[in-house]
Amino acid sequence: MMVDTMITAKASVRSRAASSPSAAAHSRRAFLKASLAAGGGLLLQATLPPLARGAMTASPEAAGETAALNAFIRIAPDGIVTIMSKNPEIGQGIKTMLPMVIAEELDVAWENVRIEQAPFDAAKYGRQYAGGSRATPDNYDPLRRVGAAGRQMLIAAAAQTWNVAPAECSTQAGMVHHRDSGRSLSYGALAASAAGLPVPDLARVPLKDPKDFKIIGRSIGGVDNAKIVTGKPLFGIDVTMPGMLHAVFQKCPVFAGKLLSANIDAIKALPGIHDAFVVRASEANPSGDWQGLHDGVAIVAKSWWAANRAREQLKVTWDEGSNAAQSSEGFAQRATELARGAPASYLRRDGDVTAGLKSAARVVQADYSYPFLAHISLEPQNCTAHFQDGEVVFWAPTQFPEPGVKLVAATLGIPESNVTVNMTRMGGGFGRRLRNDFMAEAAWISRKVGAPVKVVWTREDDIQHDFYRPAGFHFLTAGLDGAGKLIALRDHFITFGQGGKVADSAVMDANEFPAAAVPNLEYGQSIMELGLPTGPLRAPRSNALGFVFQSFVDELAYAAGIDPLDFRLALLGDPRVIVNSSGRPDPLRDFDTGRMRNVLRRVGEISRWSERHALPARTAKGIAFYFSHYGYFAEVAQVTVPPSGEIKLDHVWVVADVGSQIINPSGAVNQVQGAALDGIGAAIGQAITLERGRVVQSNFDSVRPLRIDQAAPVDVEFLITDNPPTGLGEPALPPVVPALCNAIFAATGKRIRTLPIDADVLKA
Amino acid sequence: MAYTIEVNGANRTVDVDGDMPLLWVLRDELDLKGSKFGCGAGLCGACTVHIDGKAVRSCVLPVALVRGRVATIEGMAAHPIGQELQAAWMKLDVPQCGYCQAGQIMQAVDLLARKPHPTDADIDDAMKGNVCRCCSYTRIRAAIKQAALAPAGADPVK
Repeated sequence: MMVDTMITAKASVRSRAASSPSAAAHSRRAFLKASLAAGGGLLLQATLPPLARGAMTASPEAAGETAALNAFIRIAPDGIVTIMSKNPEIGQGIKTMLPMVIAEELDVAWENVRIEQAPFDAAKYGRQYAGGSRATPDNYDPLRRVGAAGRQMLIAAAAQTWNVAPAECSTQAGMVHHRDSGRSLSYGALAASAAGLPVPDLARVPLKDPKDFKIIGRSIGGVDNAKIVTGKPLFGIDVTMPGMLHAVFQKCPVFAGKLLSANIDAIKALPGIHDAFVVRASEANPSGDWQGLHDGVAIVAKSWWAANRAREQLKVTWDEGSNAAQSSEGFAQRATELARGAPASYLRRDGDVTAGLKSAARVVQADYSYPFLAHISLEPQNCTAHFQDGEVVFWAPTQFPEPGVKLVAATLGIPESNVTVNMTRMGGGFGRRLRNDFMAEAAWISRKVGAPVKVVWTREDDIQHDFYRPAGFHFLTAGLDGAGKLIALRDHFITFGQGGKVADSAVMDANEFPAAAVPNLEYGQSIMELGLPTGPLRAPRSNALGFVFQSFVDELAYAAGIDPLDFRLALLGDPRVIVNSSGRPDPLRDFDTGRMRNVLRRVGEISRWSERHALPARTAKGIAFYFSHYGYFAEVAQVTVPPSGEIKLDHVWVVADVGSQIINPSGAVNQVQGAALDGIGAAIGQAITLERGRVVQSNFDSVRPLRIDQAAPVDVEFLITDNPPTGLGEPALPPVVPALCNAIFAATGKRIRTLPIDADVLKA
Repeated sequence: MAYTIEVNGANRTVDVDGDMPLLWVLRDELDLKGSKFGCGAGLCGACTVHIDGKAVRSCVLPVALVRGRVATIEGMAAHPIGQELQAAWMKLDVPQCGYCQAGQIMQAVDLLARKPHPTDADIDDAMKGNVCRCCSYTRIRAAIKQAALAPAGADPVK
C-alpha cells in the first residue's frame, strides 16, 4: 500500500560531473534462462557473472566470490506476479525494496505483486546477506535488468502472437499493447509462451528512463506490515514444528572458558527436562573458531521456559583461563601507558607533523575513547535446526547464511551441500546476526537429541555473548596556524587485536578524514591483546571514528575561533575527489569533497544554523558530517541540557546524498531516522564493560536502549545527484553522535571525549 | 496443574507449572506467537498483553496469578481501538524490523482507551516502557495521534 511519509523526502538536484555509474554493469555479460514453472507460470532465471569486486568493496565478506545472480519472476495465469526477495530482512526494508526494483522494470502494478522470501541458495540468487549497506549498490542495476528482461520476453511473446514487430508493442501495468491495432494481452495470458522464448542479454536489455518510474520512488509500506501488526508468526523465534524441542545453552561467563564439571544428572532429573549434556569445544570446534561452539551445557526440554528455569539449578565449575584477567579499567590504563610511547605502526604519515606542530600558532591536545557495545537486537539470538540422516535444515534468523553453512558443515563434519537454510525475518540485526554461532548450537543440539530443536537465548545470554563493537582510544594532537587553518594532526590510535593483528571491526582506515586534507599528518596505531569476540555493529568503525574526528574537528574550530560549519567547509577545501586508501579509483569508495560540502551547506540551511545564537541558555546546536557506506551525510542536533545534567534531544536535521534515486522514500526515511536515533541511544545509554573477564551488563536496565521520551523529530532531506544509488542502513548513524556531543559542548561548555556521555559532568 | 484462562474471548486450559509466565503459555502452549520475548524482566514491553483491558508485561506474570480476561495482539483486529491503531501503523509504515510493534500496539490500545486524545506527554508516559530498538518512535507517536483522530477521519498525518 501507499503510505504517508511523514518527513517529505525533498529532492533538490545538485549536478556534478557524472561519475561513471558502474562501468562494470556495461561490460557484464549476462545470460537468462527461462523455463515453465510449476503451475504454468513464467520462471525467469537471470544469471550474471561475478559482480565487479574491486568496484564495490574491500571487505572480506564480499571479496573473492562468484556471486552469480539469479532473480526469479513467476507470473500466474491470473496476472499475479511473484517476486523472490533474495536478501535477509532485518528491518532495513529490503524485502519490499528489492522486489520494487524488479517490478518497476517488469512494468507491473504493485498491487498484483506477491513477494516471497528466497531461501539461501547462492547458485540461484548470488550473495545473500544484510550488511555494509550494500544491497542497493550491489543489486539496483542487476535487478532492474532482471525485470527489464522479463518485460522484453513478454513483449516478444505478444508480438509473435500478433505477428507484429516487438518495437510496435509497449507495456503498461501488466499488459502488452499493440499501438496500431489497439490489441492488448495480459502478462498472465502471455507468461506461458514467453517462457519458451530466447532470453535477452541482460547487459543490453533496455531500461526505463527514470522519469517514467511508477514504483521506484514511491513510498510503499513494508510487505510484512499486515502480519506484523496482527501478530502473525514471522520471526525466527516464532518457528515451531511437530516434535520440536526447546533448548538453552549455558556458556562460560568468561569468553572461551573451559568446563571442568557440571551437575548434569541433577539437571536431567528436573521436571520437563528432556536431556542435558556437556558440549566441549575440543570436540565441536577443534579449530577454535571464535564463531564456533565453546564449552557449555545444553539443556533441552519440552518447553523453553522449563529448559531455562533448569539453569537456576545448574552448577558448573569453569576454568576461566587467562581471559578472566581482562577488565575495562585495565585496558584504559594500558592504553594510557601505550600512548606515552611511540605507536607500534603507522597507518599514514604525510609531511612532518613534529615540525608542523612546532610552527603552529596554537596546539590542541585531546584524548578520546569509546566503549565496547552490544547489538541488543530486540529479538534475542535464536535458531531452529533439524538434523536428520546426515543433513541439517535450518530456520535461521541470520544476516549472512553463507558463512553459517560453512561453520555448521565444519562443526558437524558434514558437506556444505547437506546444509539447508531457510531465512526468517529478524527482529533486528545491527550486524550481530552476521555471525552464526547460534546455528552451530542449534545444529549440534539437534543432532544429539535426534529431534528438531529451537535454541533461544535469554537477554542476558545475548548481552554477555556478543561480537562486540570494539572499544578504542585516540590520543590526538593538532596544530593550527595563525589564520586558524589546520596544518598538523597526529593520532595515536590504541586498538585491540590478537597476535598483532587488529581485531574484527577495530581497524582505522589510512584515509580517515581529515587525512589528505592536512599537509602534516600522522596516524599511528598500537594494539592491545583482547580475548573477547568483536564484530561489526551498524556502521562499523565509522560509528566510533565519526565521534572522535568530528568532535575533535569541532574543538579545533572553537580553538581557531571559526564557526564550526565554516571551519569544516574550509577543511573539506575545494571540490575534488580523494581516492580511497587502496589507491585504485572507485566511484563508490572515493571521497568527493564537493558532495560533502553540498550536504553540509544544506543542513546548515534547513537547521537554521546561522540563527542558533538566538537559542535560549543551555540550548544549542552541534554539527558534523561523515562519509561511510558510500553515503554523504551532514547532521545537526539540537539539545537542551538543564542544570540537572539530563540531556534532552530537541531535534535532528539530516541531509544526505546517496545518489540519483531514493527507491522507497518511506523506507529510506525510516532508516535514516532510526539510524540517527540509534546513534543517540548508544551515546547516552550504552556501554559494555568487563570486570574479571566478564561482561558486567546483563539486561535493558544496564544497557539502555533509547526510549520514546528520549526521541525527537528527525528531519530528513535527500539531495539527488548524478551518482549511483547507495544504501541507507548505516551511513546516517556516524555523524549524529558528534553532532550531539558538539551541541552539548555549545550548550554547556563541557566537551564530551568519552562515551557513553556521563550526565553527571553536565550538571551546572 | 491445569489452568483455565480466557484468551481473546475463548476459554483455554493448559496443564503447566503455575510459575510459567503467561508469555510462554501464550507462545508455546497456545501457539499465539504475536506476543514477543525481549528481556524476560518487564523492561522492554515486547510481551505486552491486556488483562481486563489493562496493559501488562506477560513475561513476568506467572500463569497461576492471571486473574481476568487476557487479550493479545491476535485479538486486536476485533477491538475497535486496536483496529484503528493497526490501520494507522500500516498507513504510516511504522515497522522497521517489526519485533516490538505488537507490544507497542497493545500499550497504545490501553493508552487510547484511557485517554482518547493523548498529548505528547501522555504518549511519552504511556509508551516509554516499550523499547523499539529500530527507533521508529517518530512514527509510533504519529500513528497513535492518527488513530486518536479516527473515526472522525480528520487529516492524515503529514
